Amino acid sequence: MKRVSWVSQAARIAWKDLHIEGRSREVVYTMGFMAALVVLVFSFAFISGQETTVGPDAVAGIMWVAVLFSGTVALSRTFDRERESEAIRSLLLSPVPRSAIYAGKLVATAAIMFLVEVLLAPLLAALFSAAIWPHALWLGLLLLLGTIGFCSVGVIFSAALLRARSRDALLGALLFPIVIPVLLSASRATAYLLDPAAPDLDPALFWTRFLAALDVVFVVVGLWSFEPVVMGE
Amino acid sequence: MLFPMSSARLSSARFQAGIAATLVGFLLVPLLVANAPLEKTMGIVQKIFYFHVPCAWLLMLSTFVCAGGSLAYLFAGSESGDRLALCSAELGVLFGLCVMVTGPLWARAAWGVFWTWDVRLTSSLLLWLMLIAYGLARRYGGTGGRRLAAAMALFAAADVPLVYVSVNLWRGLHPNTKTVSSLAPGMRLPFFVSLVIFSALWGVLLALRMRVERGQARLVELAIEIEDAEGKSS
Amino acid sequence: MSDRVLRLENVGKTFGRHRALAEVSLAFVPGQVAAVLGPNGAGKSTLLGLLSTLSQPSRGRITLGDEQLSRHSPMRAKIGYVGHEPGVYGDLSARQNLRLFASLYGIANGERCIDEMLARVGLDSVRREAAARTFSRGMLQRLALARALLHEPEILLFDEPGAALDPAGAAWLAGELQHEREAGRLVVLVTHDLAATAAIATHVVVLRRGRVARDETRASFSADEVRAIYQEATREKS
Repeated sequence: MKRVSWVSQAARIAWKDLHIEGRSREVVYTMGFMAALVVLVFSFAFISGQETTVGPDAVAGIMWVAVLFSGTVALSRTFDRERESEAIRSLLLSPVPRSAIYAGKLVATAAIMFLVEVLLAPLLAALFSAAIWPHALWLGLLLLLGTIGFCSVGVIFSAALLRARSRDALLGALLFPIVIPVLLSASRATAYLLDPAAPDLDPALFWTRFLAALDVVFVVVGLWSFEPVVMGE
Repeated sequence: MLFPMSSARLSSARFQAGIAATLVGFLLVPLLVANAPLEKTMGIVQKIFYFHVPCAWLLMLSTFVCAGGSLAYLFAGSESGDRLALCSAELGVLFGLCVMVTGPLWARAAWGVFWTWDVRLTSSLLLWLMLIAYGLARRYGGTGGRRLAAAMALFAAADVPLVYVSVNLWRGLHPNTKTVSSLAPGMRLPFFVSLVIFSALWGVLLALRMRVERGQARLVELAIEIEDAEGKSS
Repeated sequence: MSDRVLRLENVGKTFGRHRALAEVSLAFVPGQVAAVLGPNGAGKSTLLGLLSTLSQPSRGRITLGDEQLSRHSPMRAKIGYVGHEPGVYGDLSARQNLRLFASLYGIANGERCIDEMLARVGLDSVRREAAARTFSRGMLQRLALARALLHEPEILLFDEPGAALDPAGAAWLAGELQHEREAGRLVVLVTHDLAATAAIATHVVVLRRGRVARDETRASFSADEVRAIYQEATREKS
């Protein structure tokens, strides 16, 4: 047997998830539909009379709430695939370091979520006439960073909840309090980017950096604690 | 004897002295607080400060102790670390509840609203929610629940400074006037005595709660030994 | 093939308030098929979990030769596990599943191994891109076995492998086990099927309430002998 590098093992696991998703597209469709519904629910709740928009703060909030809620759908579905016919046991029994399993699941889930979010953003632009195009790339970066922060915690929690009966109900309840700082910094930065009247973009830059720092902290804690968490009794 | 049925560790002179000191402290603190000077603008209402701030401090202490215990449990398999984490998380929820009750009372009197998204209050709220989530994970998390909860404690501890910074900036850096360093000289002594006595109470409660958990673990061991003895004889 | 003995010394396992295994001392020898029998809740699956390194004993120790059985990755690569769930991805085809695990195990010339393995378990004629979820139970079990054998494990563990198989499938599986035994692999299977045990086992362990009630090694067992051992070991004493 040859030695396989940590990175290529993680990449194999991520590729496996993406390949499965490419075949079924189940997560993209269900998560995308869920995200669109959250956005629409907010539209009905917030917009009244002749208004067509709700202001950058609210649009940013709506976007990130949609990401959070639909993200739990993505997480629980990608981990359902591990639980069906106990594939997770084969994965845990393989000589792959558990941190590589974590990294692989993180990359795959974040990639799937990111794809949906990229499709979601134009919907927001259309529904609320939000100015997403002037800083489209920056906004994309924010979505990516926010998604990584969310998934870095979510992957651990979903893996640990695989054997819990009420895992779907618990996932959000346990995950949201921890990822509030991610939500806060991501939606703040987004609000500044979406605001055409913003005098300068320094706050957005600050929050983007803060979000990146958050990601680093969460991913490090995640890589480090995944092994003992999935170790089993 | 304060505790007629106490185990060897709890009946030690040192522990009983601790309990006695805490009790004396709770007689002393109200006197000190009553004699502390009145705050200029808020008057008598400000006295809740002597209760509110120590509770908030213990909420944070509980979070870090919970994370420390969880660390020992996750990486060294320490069962007592796990018990420490559980007990301190419970105390954190309890003292957090005190923060959540006294905070709005103070806010109502000081600013006319029950809730302000003040950085300390909001951070405390998030910390409190994390500890409640810790309890949910332990109770309903299935076989992996204990390990999941331990991981949550680690994330919560990592979150503490991040939450503080992000909430602070989210609210746009408004001036904080009610900081400890700006306390009037006459208020400092009662405040610090109160802080110490509340911490002592926390320590006593933790020791008592840990004792219950230890006893329970011992009981399980004994039950298993009995089962074993039966298993052998049958 | 290695000749290391898998040895349990005074192993105990508790789950919270429940003692699943107590004072279990056993030795599993390569070139033998060990069948672990026992009523439900006797601790069979717990034992298999410990041998697979997915859980750790609360007491005692498990060694392979003079190495402690640990959950570290080089040790995991020596173990092949076939559970009653197949442990493969239903959305991937048989070949894709094997390819994934071959790459995770770092198997050199994986494609050739996969071809050989698919032919061996009789899945080489299956439509290439058919997802595993369209397979029958029997085909899934064949795929699970292929996955477990792909990295040439030193120890092969089976958790009720024949439970979902028809008689022909069960006979095929028995033949495969025989083959692995003759190749000198250490095989441990947990089962309820006394007749199948008689056909292949050379070592019978009966667990009862988490303890070893019987531990017998013979050149072969007849179905009646297995039944007698099982009944004698699990009879309630009043």
